[in-house]
Amino acid sequence: MSVDGSLSIRVNGEHRRVPGGTSLTEMIYQLGLDPLRVAVERNLQVVPRSKMAEVDVEDGDDYEIVHFVGGG
Amino acid sequence: MTAHRAMSSDSWTVAGRTFTSRLIVGTGKYKSFEENAAAVEASGAEIVTVAVRRVNVSDPTQPRLTDFIDPKRVAYLPNTAGCFTAEDAIRTLRLAREAGGWNLVKLEVLGEAKTLYPNMVETIRATEVLAKEGFEPMVYCTDDPIAAKQLEDAGAVAIMPLGAPIGSGLGLQNLVTIRLIVEGAKVPVLVDAGVGTASDAAEAMELGCDGVLMNTAIAEAKDPVLMARAMKAAVEAGRLAYLAGRMQKRRYADPSSPLAGLI
Repeated sequence: MSVDGSLSIRVNGEHRRVPGGTSLTEMIYQLGLDPLRVAVERNLQVVPRSKMAEVDVEDGDDYEIVHFVGGG
Repeated sequence: MTAHRAMSSDSWTVAGRTFTSRLIVGTGKYKSFEENAAAVEASGAEIVTVAVRRVNVSDPTQPRLTDFIDPKRVAYLPNTAGCFTAEDAIRTLRLAREAGGWNLVKLEVLGEAKTLYPNMVETIRATEVLAKEGFEPMVYCTDDPIAAKQLEDAGAVAIMPLGAPIGSGLGLQNLVTIRLIVEGAKVPVLVDAGVGTASDAAEAMELGCDGVLMNTAIAEAKDPVLMARAMKAAVEAGRLAYLAGRMQKRRYADPSSPLAGLI
């Protein structure tokens, strides 16, 4: 954690900072995304949608946020 | 009409879900979401394949597939395209299940980029793991009848052999082995990959396949919506011909008009 209390995390391979005490749901909204339309993996573990609000973002977390795109 | 009755009652079932359309279409390579949606509509498909990819966090306002093709109207079948190991495919599908909320998925574990041929050792391993986790994997595979049986034993809910390499449009190169798989399988068999034009789709259905999955043949046609219509008709025609039972082939001519009463 940094001096200002913000957390250093990675989202889809990119480095980001979020304020301490942010929940996963809040973090997704802050990214401009709808939690109902994405799936999230946190440190290689899928986070069930029903649990997203209960999960607190922690320093050093690595997130993959995915959705459906066109494919064959 | 007998044919009409046969068609209207002709459905197929995979993992307890019953569908009328035997054509599954992909949603990749289209010029626009609008064209994609129109092609899906014209194809009559009740299932579309989709890929699982990272959201663009730098531009979250980009249009999304779900805005154009409603997952409540057309079943989304998430795939593992681009995965070269069982682990990658399993990881992708765990996320897909969370994104979509259902267990029916398309598993493909590729062996190499040049041919996109399936790696069957990894594919069978992934199928076993996924089935244990409650997934219902429809599995892209080689046209090997023994591997097809092994997949079934591992928990595949549908066997989907390639007719030719993905995106090649070469048409079915393996009629004999596809037919052997159809004869041996207790789960639905769908040709996945290789179809280039309508007659290829009809041919797959004439072999007794339960369905056909295609993407590029429609998406890369000059008029994708028209080709989607053609594919719908071809799958239905091939299915009807299979149900009707084709005539035996002869080496020489056999007149269609009576010889008796000839002046």
